[in-house]
Amino acid sequence: MWLTNSSVGRKIVMSVTGLFLVLFVTFHALMNLVALFGFKYYEAICEFLGANWYALVGTLVLAAGFVIHICYAFWLTLQNRSARGDDRYAVSARPKGVSWASQNMLVLGLIVVCFMVLHLIQFWANMQLPEIAGKTAMKGVQALATAFGPQWWYITLPVYLLGFAALWFHISHGFWSAFQTLGTAGDKWIPRWKCAAMWWATIVFLLFAVEAVYFTLHFNGIINC
Amino acid sequence: MDNAISFKLKIWRQASPQEKGRFETYELRDIPTDTSFLEALDILNEQLIEKGEEPVAFDHDCREGICGMCSLYINGHPHGPATGATTCQLYVRRFRDGETITVEPWRSAAFPVIKDLMVNRNALDQIQQAGGYVSFNTGGAQDANAIPISKVDADEAMDSASCIGCGACVAACKNGSAMLFVAAKVSQFALLPQGKPEAKRRVKAMLAKMDELGFGNCTNTGACAAECPKNIKLSNISRLNREFVSAKCRD
Ligand code: HEM
Ligand code: SF4
Ligand code: FES
Repeated sequence: MWLTNSSVGRKIVMSVTGLFLVLFVTFHALMNLVALFGFKYYEAICEFLGANWYALVGTLVLAAGFVIHICYAFWLTLQNRSARGDDRYAVSARPKGVSWASQNMLVLGLIVVCFMVLHLIQFWANMQLPEIAGKTAMKGVQALATAFGPQWWYITLPVYLLGFAALWFHISHGFWSAFQTLGTAGDKWIPRWKCAAMWWATIVFLLFAVEAVYFTLHFNGIINC
Repeated sequence: MDNAISFKLKIWRQASPQEKGRFETYELRDIPTDTSFLEALDILNEQLIEKGEEPVAFDHDCREGICGMCSLYINGHPHGPATGATTCQLYVRRFRDGETITVEPWRSAAFPVIKDLMVNRNALDQIQQAGGYVSFNTGGAQDANAIPISKVDADEAMDSASCIGCGACVAACKNGSAMLFVAAKVSQFALLPQGKPEAKRRVKAMLAKMDELGFGNCTNTGACAAECPKNIKLSNISRLNREFVSAKCRD
Protein backbone atom coordinates (compact mmCIF):
# COMPACT_ATOMS: atom_id res chain seq x y z
CA MET A 1 0.00 0.00 0.00
CA TRP A 2 1.65 3.20 -1.17
CA LEU A 3 0.33 5.25 1.76
CA THR A 4 2.54 3.22 4.07
CA ASN A 5 5.46 2.00 1.99
CA SER A 6 6.44 5.05 -0.02
CA SER A 7 7.88 8.22 1.46
CA VAL A 8 5.55 10.49 -0.50
CA GLY A 9 2.57 8.30 0.45
CA ARG A 10 3.44 8.57 4.13
CA LYS A 11 3.69 12.32 3.74
CA ILE A 12 0.26 12.40 2.12
CA VAL A 13 -1.18 10.70 5.22
CA MET A 14 0.65 13.24 7.38
CA SER A 15 -0.68 16.19 5.42
CA VAL A 16 -4.28 14.97 5.20
CA THR A 17 -4.48 14.18 8.93
CA GLY A 18 -2.65 17.45 9.68
CA LEU A 19 -5.10 19.53 7.67
CA PHE A 20 -8.00 17.71 9.32
CA LEU A 21 -6.56 18.64 12.73
CA VAL A 22 -6.11 22.25 11.61
CA LEU A 23 -9.80 22.34 10.70
CA PHE A 24 -10.68 20.81 14.06
CA VAL A 25 -8.69 23.29 16.15
CA THR A 26 -10.16 26.13 14.12
CA PHE A 27 -13.71 24.97 14.84
CA HIS A 28 -12.79 24.46 18.48
CA ALA A 29 -11.49 28.02 18.79
CA LEU A 30 -14.64 29.37 17.17
CA MET A 31 -16.92 27.38 19.46
CA ASN A 32 -15.09 28.67 22.55
CA LEU A 33 -15.56 32.15 21.24
CA VAL A 34 -19.28 31.76 21.79
CA ALA A 35 -18.61 31.85 25.55
CA LEU A 36 -17.36 35.41 25.23
CA PHE A 37 -20.79 36.42 24.02
CA GLY A 38 -22.60 34.71 26.88
CA PHE A 39 -22.01 31.56 28.92
CA LYS A 40 -25.55 30.36 28.30
CA TYR A 41 -24.76 30.01 24.58
CA TYR A 42 -21.60 28.09 25.47
CA GLU A 43 -23.61 25.79 27.71
CA ALA A 44 -26.05 25.21 24.86
CA ILE A 45 -23.21 23.99 22.62
CA CYS A 46 -21.95 21.70 25.39
CA GLU A 47 -25.44 20.25 25.83
CA PHE A 48 -25.84 19.84 22.09
CA LEU A 49 -22.59 17.85 21.80
CA GLY A 50 -22.60 15.90 25.07
CA ALA A 51 -22.44 12.16 24.45
CA ASN A 52 -24.91 11.90 21.58
CA TRP A 53 -24.16 9.41 18.86
CA TYR A 54 -22.95 12.13 16.51
CA ALA A 55 -20.69 13.58 19.19
CA LEU A 56 -19.28 10.10 19.86
CA VAL A 57 -18.69 9.39 16.18
CA GLY A 58 -17.04 12.80 15.90
CA THR A 59 -14.84 12.06 18.91
CA LEU A 60 -13.78 8.72 17.44
CA VAL A 61 -12.92 10.19 14.05
CA LEU A 62 -10.98 12.96 15.76
CA ALA A 63 -9.11 10.52 17.99
CA ALA A 64 -8.24 8.44 14.92
CA GLY A 65 -6.93 11.58 13.23
CA PHE A 66 -4.68 12.34 16.18
CA VAL A 67 -3.49 8.76 16.59
CA ILE A 68 -2.61 8.38 12.90
CA HIS A 69 -0.91 11.78 12.79
CA ILE A 70 1.15 11.08 15.91
CA CYS A 71 2.09 7.51 14.92
CA TYR A 72 3.21 8.69 11.48
CA ALA A 73 5.04 11.62 13.07
CA PHE A 74 7.20 9.27 15.15
CA TRP A 75 7.62 6.81 12.31
CA LEU A 76 8.75 9.47 9.84
CA THR A 77 11.00 11.20 12.34
CA LEU A 78 12.74 7.94 13.26
CA GLN A 79 13.26 7.11 9.58
CA ASN A 80 14.61 10.58 8.96
CA ARG A 81 17.05 10.32 11.83
CA SER A 82 18.46 7.08 10.54
CA ALA A 83 18.64 8.50 7.00
CA ARG A 84 20.71 11.33 8.43
CA GLY A 85 23.21 8.83 9.82
CA ASP A 86 25.07 8.66 13.10
CA ASP A 87 27.66 11.30 12.27
CA ARG A 88 26.56 14.86 12.90
CA TYR A 89 28.14 17.99 11.51
CA ALA A 90 30.52 19.79 13.83
CA VAL A 91 29.38 23.12 12.43
CA SER A 92 25.94 23.59 10.93
CA ALA A 93 23.98 26.68 10.10
CA ARG A 94 20.28 27.11 9.35
CA PRO A 95 20.13 28.59 5.85
CA LYS A 96 18.14 31.76 5.21
CA GLY A 97 14.48 31.11 4.53
CA VAL A 98 14.36 27.87 6.53
CA SER A 99 11.96 28.29 9.43
CA TRP A 100 12.83 26.99 12.87
CA ALA A 101 9.41 25.36 13.13
CA SER A 102 9.99 23.29 9.99
CA GLN A 103 12.96 21.57 11.61
CA ASN A 104 11.26 20.97 14.96
CA MET A 105 7.81 19.67 14.09
CA LEU A 106 8.01 16.64 16.38
CA VAL A 107 9.08 18.65 19.43
CA LEU A 108 6.32 21.17 18.78
CA GLY A 109 3.80 18.36 18.38
CA LEU A 110 4.91 16.84 21.66
CA ILE A 111 4.39 20.12 23.50
CA VAL A 112 0.89 20.16 22.04
CA VAL A 113 0.36 16.61 23.36
CA CYS A 114 1.44 17.68 26.89
CA PHE A 115 -1.08 20.49 26.77
CA MET A 116 -3.73 18.08 25.48
CA VAL A 117 -3.23 15.68 28.38
CA LEU A 118 -4.01 18.43 30.90
CA HIS A 119 -6.83 19.73 28.75
CA LEU A 120 -8.49 16.32 28.40
CA ILE A 121 -8.22 15.70 32.16
CA GLN A 122 -9.81 19.05 32.91
CA PHE A 123 -12.64 18.87 30.39
CA TRP A 124 -13.23 15.60 28.58
CA ALA A 125 -12.72 13.45 31.71
CA ASN A 126 -15.27 15.60 33.57
CA MET A 127 -17.81 16.02 30.82
CA GLN A 128 -18.12 13.45 28.04
CA LEU A 129 -16.44 10.52 29.81
CA PRO A 130 -18.78 10.38 32.86
CA GLU A 131 -21.74 10.84 30.53
CA ILE A 132 -20.63 7.80 28.49
CA ALA A 133 -20.19 5.87 31.74
CA GLY A 134 -23.70 6.89 32.82
CA LYS A 135 -22.46 8.99 35.74
CA THR A 136 -23.29 12.61 36.42
CA ALA A 137 -21.20 14.87 34.28
CA MET A 138 -20.00 18.39 34.97
CA LYS A 139 -21.67 21.24 33.15
CA GLY A 140 -19.56 23.04 30.56
CA VAL A 141 -19.32 26.28 32.48
CA GLN A 142 -18.62 24.43 35.72
CA ALA A 143 -15.61 22.71 34.10
CA LEU A 144 -14.40 26.09 32.81
CA ALA A 145 -14.78 27.61 36.27
CA THR A 146 -12.75 24.81 37.85
CA ALA A 147 -9.91 24.90 35.33
CA PHE A 148 -9.59 28.68 35.20
CA GLY A 149 -10.77 29.47 38.74
CA PRO A 150 -8.67 30.47 41.79
CA GLN A 151 -7.57 26.91 42.54
CA TRP A 152 -6.02 25.98 39.20
CA TRP A 153 -5.58 29.01 36.95
CA TYR A 154 -1.86 29.45 37.68
CA ILE A 155 -1.25 25.97 36.25
CA THR A 156 -3.89 26.04 33.54
CA LEU A 157 -3.09 29.41 32.00
CA PRO A 158 0.68 28.99 31.49
CA VAL A 159 0.35 25.41 30.17
CA TYR A 160 -2.41 26.48 27.79
CA LEU A 161 -0.51 29.49 26.51
CA LEU A 162 2.57 27.34 25.96
CA GLY A 163 0.46 24.78 24.10
CA PHE A 164 -1.08 27.49 21.91
CA ALA A 165 2.35 28.91 21.13
CA ALA A 166 3.63 25.47 20.09
CA LEU A 167 0.52 25.07 17.97
CA TRP A 168 1.24 28.42 16.32
CA PHE A 169 4.70 27.29 15.30
CA HIS A 170 3.43 23.87 14.22
CA ILE A 171 0.69 25.29 12.01
CA SER A 172 2.83 28.14 10.68
CA HIS A 173 4.91 25.50 8.93
CA GLY A 174 2.53 22.53 8.77
CA PHE A 175 -0.23 24.38 6.94
CA TRP A 176 1.75 25.35 3.85
CA SER A 177 3.85 22.19 4.02
CA ALA A 178 0.69 20.11 3.73
CA PHE A 179 -0.25 21.81 0.46
CA GLN A 180 3.28 21.39 -0.84
CA THR A 181 3.09 17.69 0.05
CA LEU A 182 -0.26 17.34 -1.69
CA GLY A 183 1.31 18.70 -4.86
CA THR A 184 -0.79 21.85 -4.88
CA ALA A 185 2.07 24.33 -4.65
CA GLY A 186 4.14 25.99 -7.34
CA ASP A 187 6.30 29.08 -7.69
CA LYS A 188 3.21 31.30 -7.35
CA TRP A 189 1.48 29.29 -4.66
CA ILE A 190 4.33 28.54 -2.27
CA PRO A 191 4.47 32.17 -1.05
CA ARG A 192 0.67 32.32 -0.98
CA TRP A 193 0.33 29.16 1.12
CA LYS A 194 3.11 30.41 3.41
CA CYS A 195 1.29 33.68 3.90
CA ALA A 196 -2.00 31.87 4.53
CA ALA A 197 -0.24 29.62 7.06
CA MET A 198 0.98 32.64 9.05
CA TRP A 199 -2.49 34.19 9.07
CA TRP A 200 -4.24 30.97 9.97
CA ALA A 201 -1.81 30.11 12.76
CA THR A 202 -1.98 33.64 14.15
CA ILE A 203 -5.77 33.84 14.12
CA VAL A 204 -6.12 30.44 15.82
CA PHE A 205 -3.50 31.43 18.41
CA LEU A 206 -5.14 34.77 19.16
CA LEU A 207 -8.61 33.25 19.50
CA PHE A 208 -7.44 30.60 21.96
CA ALA A 209 -5.19 32.99 23.91
CA VAL A 210 -7.85 35.67 24.26
CA GLU A 211 -10.36 33.05 25.37
CA ALA A 212 -8.03 31.55 28.00
CA VAL A 213 -7.11 34.96 29.39
CA TYR A 214 -10.77 36.00 29.45
CA PHE A 215 -11.81 32.86 31.32
CA THR A 216 -9.01 33.38 33.86
CA LEU A 217 -10.02 36.98 34.49
CA HIS A 218 -13.70 36.12 34.62
CA PHE A 219 -13.53 33.14 36.95
CA ASN A 220 -11.23 34.95 39.36
CA GLY A 221 -13.67 37.80 39.61
CA ILE A 222 -11.33 40.34 38.07
CA ILE A 223 -13.73 41.24 35.31
CA ASN A 224 -17.43 40.93 35.57
CA CYS A 225 -18.69 40.49 32.05
CA MET B 1 50.74 40.99 0.99
CA ASP B 2 47.67 43.15 0.95
CA ASN B 3 45.36 40.78 -0.85
CA ALA B 4 46.50 37.60 0.81
CA ILE B 5 45.21 36.02 4.01
CA SER B 6 46.31 33.35 6.44
CA PHE B 7 43.84 30.95 7.92
CA LYS B 8 43.42 27.62 9.64
CA LEU B 9 41.67 24.65 8.08
CA LYS B 10 39.95 22.24 10.44
CA ILE B 11 39.55 19.21 8.20
CA TRP B 12 37.87 15.84 8.71
CA ARG B 13 40.43 13.05 8.24
CA GLN B 14 39.28 9.48 7.93
CA ALA B 15 41.59 6.83 6.49
CA SER B 16 38.87 4.46 5.27
CA PRO B 17 35.13 3.83 5.53
CA GLN B 18 35.66 1.50 8.50
CA GLU B 19 38.10 3.58 10.48
CA LYS B 20 37.03 6.30 12.90
CA GLY B 21 37.57 9.83 11.67
CA ARG B 22 38.76 12.94 13.49
CA PHE B 23 39.38 16.62 12.86
CA GLU B 24 42.90 17.79 12.07
CA THR B 25 43.86 21.47 11.96
CA TYR B 26 46.29 22.86 9.38
CA GLU B 27 47.59 26.34 8.82
CA LEU B 28 47.87 28.07 5.45
CA ARG B 29 49.87 31.31 5.23
CA ASP B 30 49.64 34.19 2.77
CA ILE B 31 47.18 32.73 0.34
CA PRO B 32 46.14 35.26 -2.34
CA THR B 33 42.42 36.00 -1.98
CA ASP B 34 41.75 35.23 -5.63
CA THR B 35 42.84 31.62 -5.08
CA SER B 36 39.95 29.20 -5.39
CA PHE B 37 39.14 27.19 -2.31
CA LEU B 38 40.07 23.94 -4.03
CA GLU B 39 43.41 25.46 -5.06
CA ALA B 40 44.00 26.31 -1.42
CA LEU B 41 43.43 22.64 -0.63
CA ASP B 42 45.89 21.77 -3.44
CA ILE B 43 48.46 24.04 -1.80
CA LEU B 44 47.82 22.35 1.54
CA ASN B 45 48.24 18.93 -0.07
CA GLU B 46 51.56 19.90 -1.65
CA GLN B 47 52.80 20.99 1.75
CA LEU B 48 51.60 17.73 3.27
CA ILE B 49 53.30 15.68 0.56
CA GLU B 50 56.55 17.61 1.07
CA LYS B 51 56.37 16.80 4.75
CA GLY B 52 55.78 13.15 3.88
CA GLU B 53 52.22 13.17 5.19
CA GLU B 54 49.08 11.78 3.58
CA PRO B 55 47.34 14.42 1.42
CA VAL B 56 43.65 15.25 2.06
CA ALA B 57 41.34 13.33 -0.27
CA PHE B 58 38.52 15.40 -1.77
CA ASP B 59 36.35 15.13 -4.88
CA HIS B 60 36.69 17.50 -7.82
CA ASP B 61 36.74 17.36 -11.58
CA CYS B 62 35.68 20.17 -13.90
CA ARG B 63 36.41 22.98 -11.43
CA GLU B 64 33.97 25.21 -13.30
CA GLY B 65 30.68 24.37 -11.65
CA ILE B 66 29.23 21.96 -14.19
CA CYS B 67 30.16 18.41 -13.30
CA GLY B 68 28.80 18.08 -9.76
CA MET B 69 31.86 16.27 -8.50
CA CYS B 70 33.10 18.70 -5.86
CA SER B 71 31.43 18.61 -2.46
CA LEU B 72 32.58 19.73 1.05
CA TYR B 73 30.55 21.08 3.96
CA ILE B 74 32.35 24.32 4.72
CA ASN B 75 31.54 26.32 7.86
CA GLY B 76 28.10 24.77 8.13
CA HIS B 77 27.11 25.05 4.47
CA PRO B 78 27.39 22.54 1.63
CA HIS B 79 29.56 24.17 -1.07
CA GLY B 80 30.49 26.84 1.47
CA PRO B 81 28.98 30.21 2.34
CA ALA B 82 28.38 31.44 -1.22
CA THR B 83 24.88 30.90 -2.66
CA GLY B 84 24.22 29.55 -6.13
CA ALA B 85 27.82 28.34 -6.45
CA THR B 86 29.71 25.09 -6.14
CA THR B 87 32.78 24.59 -3.95
CA CYS B 88 35.00 24.85 -7.03
CA GLN B 89 33.52 28.32 -7.62
CA LEU B 90 34.30 29.44 -4.07
CA TYR B 91 37.24 31.78 -3.51
CA VAL B 92 39.48 32.47 -0.56
CA ARG B 93 38.25 36.10 -0.50
CA ARG B 94 35.06 34.79 1.09
CA PHE B 95 36.99 34.20 4.32
CA ARG B 96 38.62 36.44 6.90
CA ASP B 97 42.25 36.65 7.84
CA GLY B 98 42.94 34.44 10.84
CA GLU B 99 39.68 32.52 10.50
CA THR B 100 39.37 28.80 11.26
CA ILE B 101 37.47 27.18 8.42
CA THR B 102 35.77 23.87 9.24
CA VAL B 103 35.63 21.44 6.32
CA GLU B 104 33.54 18.27 6.65
CA PRO B 105 32.34 15.59 4.25
CA TRP B 106 28.66 15.34 3.22
CA ARG B 107 26.93 13.54 6.08
CA SER B 108 24.09 11.22 5.25
CA ALA B 109 23.59 7.51 5.82
CA ALA B 110 23.23 7.05 2.06
CA PHE B 111 26.59 8.79 1.41
CA PRO B 112 29.21 6.78 3.33
CA VAL B 113 32.66 8.35 3.64
CA ILE B 114 35.23 6.74 1.33
CA LYS B 115 38.20 8.67 2.59
CA ASP B 116 38.63 12.04 4.33
CA LEU B 117 36.26 14.44 2.54
CA MET B 118 35.27 12.03 -0.21
CA VAL B 119 31.88 10.36 0.04
CA ASN B 120 30.20 7.73 -2.09
CA ARG B 121 27.36 9.39 -3.99
CA ASN B 122 26.61 6.37 -6.10
CA ALA B 123 23.09 6.26 -4.61
CA LEU B 124 22.15 9.27 -6.77
CA ASP B 125 23.34 7.43 -9.89
CA GLN B 126 21.25 4.43 -8.92
CA ILE B 127 18.16 6.64 -8.68
CA GLN B 128 18.94 8.02 -12.14
CA GLN B 129 19.38 4.54 -13.57
CA ALA B 130 15.99 3.55 -12.16
CA GLY B 131 14.18 5.90 -14.53
CA GLY B 132 15.86 9.25 -15.06
CA TYR B 133 15.99 8.96 -18.85
CA VAL B 134 13.80 8.90 -21.96
CA SER B 135 13.81 5.90 -24.27
CA PHE B 136 14.15 6.55 -28.00
CA ASN B 137 13.85 4.23 -30.92
CA THR B 138 16.85 4.52 -33.17
CA GLY B 139 16.43 6.22 -36.50
CA GLY B 140 16.62 9.72 -37.86
CA ALA B 141 16.14 12.54 -35.39
CA GLN B 142 12.76 14.22 -35.55
CA ASP B 143 12.61 17.81 -36.73
CA ALA B 144 13.04 20.04 -33.71
CA ASN B 145 9.99 22.14 -34.58
CA ALA B 146 7.65 19.21 -35.06
CA ILE B 147 6.73 19.19 -31.37
CA PRO B 148 5.57 22.56 -30.10
CA ILE B 149 6.71 23.36 -26.54
CA SER B 150 5.80 26.60 -24.81
CA LYS B 151 8.64 28.90 -23.82
CA VAL B 152 7.48 28.73 -20.20
CA ASP B 153 7.69 24.95 -20.09
CA ALA B 154 10.95 24.85 -21.99
CA ASP B 155 12.55 27.33 -19.57
CA GLU B 156 11.22 25.52 -16.53
CA ALA B 157 12.45 22.15 -17.82
CA MET B 158 15.83 23.67 -18.59
CA ASP B 159 16.08 25.12 -15.06
CA SER B 160 15.31 21.70 -13.59
CA ALA B 161 17.80 20.06 -15.93
CA SER B 162 20.57 22.26 -14.55
CA CYS B 163 20.85 19.97 -11.50
CA ILE B 164 24.39 18.61 -11.51
CA GLY B 165 23.69 15.76 -9.09
CA CYS B 166 26.16 16.99 -6.49
CA GLY B 167 24.11 15.88 -3.48
CA ALA B 168 24.32 19.17 -1.58
CA CYS B 169 20.56 18.98 -1.09
CA VAL B 170 20.94 15.68 0.76
CA ALA B 171 23.88 17.02 2.76
CA ALA B 172 21.88 20.09 3.81
CA CYS B 173 18.73 18.20 4.75
CA LYS B 174 18.14 17.33 8.40
CA ASN B 175 16.09 14.37 7.13
CA GLY B 176 18.73 13.12 4.70
CA SER B 177 16.16 13.41 1.94
CA ALA B 178 17.04 13.37 -1.76
CA MET B 179 13.69 14.84 -2.82
CA LEU B 180 15.13 17.97 -4.47
CA PHE B 181 17.46 15.92 -6.65
CA VAL B 182 14.72 13.45 -7.62
CA ALA B 183 12.26 16.31 -8.16
CA ALA B 184 14.66 18.03 -10.56
CA LYS B 185 15.30 14.82 -12.47
CA VAL B 186 11.59 14.03 -12.72
CA SER B 187 10.60 17.60 -13.59
CA GLN B 188 13.01 18.00 -16.49
CA PHE B 189 11.04 15.30 -18.34
CA ALA B 190 7.59 15.74 -16.82
CA LEU B 191 7.36 19.21 -18.34
CA LEU B 192 8.19 18.09 -21.88
CA PRO B 193 6.13 16.03 -24.34
CA GLN B 194 9.10 13.71 -24.90
CA GLY B 195 8.97 12.74 -21.25
CA LYS B 196 5.22 12.16 -21.04
CA PRO B 197 4.95 8.56 -22.35
CA GLU B 198 7.18 7.21 -19.57
CA ALA B 199 6.19 9.73 -16.91
CA LYS B 200 4.26 7.38 -14.61
CA ARG B 201 6.77 4.57 -14.72
CA ARG B 202 9.62 7.04 -14.22
CA VAL B 203 8.29 8.79 -11.12
CA LYS B 204 7.33 5.53 -9.44
CA ALA B 205 10.63 3.81 -10.21
CA MET B 206 12.81 6.73 -9.15
CA LEU B 207 10.93 7.31 -5.89
CA ALA B 208 10.93 3.60 -5.08
CA LYS B 209 14.70 3.53 -5.60
CA MET B 210 15.13 6.62 -3.44
CA ASP B 211 13.15 4.99 -0.60
CA GLU B 212 14.96 1.68 -1.01
CA LEU B 213 18.35 3.36 -0.64
CA GLY B 214 17.31 4.78 2.72
CA PHE B 215 16.92 8.49 2.01
CA GLY B 216 14.58 10.30 4.43
CA ASN B 217 11.06 11.67 4.12
CA CYS B 218 10.81 15.31 3.07
CA THR B 219 9.35 17.68 5.67
CA ASN B 220 9.60 20.70 3.37
CA THR B 221 12.14 22.58 5.44
CA GLY B 222 13.57 24.07 2.25
CA ALA B 223 17.23 23.77 3.30
CA CYS B 224 17.92 21.87 0.04
CA ALA B 225 16.76 24.65 -2.26
CA ALA B 226 18.48 27.28 -0.10
CA GLU B 227 21.83 25.48 -0.44
CA CYS B 228 21.56 24.11 -3.98
CA PRO B 229 24.41 25.49 -6.11
CA LYS B 230 22.14 25.45 -9.17
CA ASN B 231 19.19 27.15 -7.44
CA ILE B 232 16.84 24.24 -8.12
CA LYS B 233 13.48 25.47 -6.84
CA LEU B 234 11.39 23.96 -4.05
CA SER B 235 8.35 23.96 -6.34
CA ASN B 236 9.93 20.99 -8.14
CA ILE B 237 9.21 18.90 -5.04
CA SER B 238 5.55 19.77 -5.18
CA ARG B 239 5.55 18.77 -8.87
CA LEU B 240 7.19 15.47 -7.94
CA ASN B 241 4.49 14.82 -5.32
CA ARG B 242 1.79 15.70 -7.85
CA GLU B 243 3.27 13.38 -10.49
CA PHE B 244 3.59 10.56 -7.99
CA VAL B 245 0.08 10.87 -6.55
CA SER B 246 -1.50 11.06 -9.98
CA ALA B 247 0.52 8.03 -11.15
CA LYS B 248 -0.53 6.05 -8.08
CA CYS B 249 -4.17 7.04 -8.38
CA ARG B 250 -4.21 5.71 -11.96
CA ASP B 251 -2.66 2.36 -11.08
C1 HEM C 1 -0.49 16.08 18.76
C2 HEM C 1 0.70 15.74 18.48
C3 HEM C 1 1.33 16.09 17.16
C4 HEM C 1 2.53 15.63 16.75
C5 HEM C 1 3.44 14.71 17.51
C6 HEM C 1 2.77 16.18 15.44
C7 HEM C 1 3.91 15.97 14.70
C8 HEM C 1 4.10 16.36 13.41
C9 HEM C 1 5.28 16.11 12.64
C10 HEM C 1 6.53 15.40 13.12
C11 HEM C 1 5.08 16.59 11.40
C12 HEM C 1 6.05 16.52 10.23
C13 HEM C 1 5.62 15.29 9.45
C14 HEM C 1 6.57 14.78 8.44
O1 HEM C 1 7.73 14.47 8.75
O2 HEM C 1 6.13 14.63 7.31
C15 HEM C 1 3.79 17.17 11.39
C16 HEM C 1 3.21 17.75 10.32
C17 HEM C 1 2.04 18.39 10.36
N1 HEM C 1 1.22 18.55 11.47
FE1 HEM C 1 1.46 17.74 13.26
N2 HEM C 1 1.72 16.95 15.07
C18 HEM C 1 0.82 16.93 16.12
C19 HEM C 1 -0.35 17.60 16.19
C20 HEM C 1 -0.79 18.37 15.20
C21 HEM C 1 -1.95 19.17 15.32
C22 HEM C 1 -2.81 19.35 16.57
C23 HEM C 1 -2.10 19.74 14.10
C24 HEM C 1 -3.16 20.68 13.68
C25 HEM C 1 -3.42 21.76 14.24
C26 HEM C 1 -1.04 19.31 13.23
C27 HEM C 1 -0.88 19.68 11.92
C28 HEM C 1 0.16 19.29 11.09
C29 HEM C 1 0.29 19.60 9.68
C30 HEM C 1 -0.69 20.41 8.84
C31 HEM C 1 1.47 19.02 9.23
C32 HEM C 1 2.06 19.09 7.82
C33 HEM C 1 1.97 17.80 7.08
C34 HEM C 1 2.91 17.76 5.91
O3 HEM C 1 3.91 18.44 5.87
O4 HEM C 1 2.69 16.95 5.03
N3 HEM C 1 -0.26 18.48 13.93
N4 HEM C 1 3.18 17.02 12.63
S1 SF4 D 1 19.18 19.58 -6.68
FE1 SF4 D 1 20.89 21.05 -6.44
S2 SF4 D 1 21.91 20.38 -4.57
FE2 SF4 D 1 20.64 18.65 -5.22
S3 SF4 D 1 21.95 17.37 -6.50
FE3 SF4 D 1 20.93 18.79 -7.90
S4 SF4 D 1 22.34 20.54 -8.09
FE4 SF4 D 1 23.03 19.39 -6.29
S1 FES E 1 34.40 20.33 -9.71
FE1 FES E 1 32.84 20.14 -11.23
S2 FES E 1 31.21 21.21 -10.25
FE2 FES E 1 32.83 21.59 -8.88
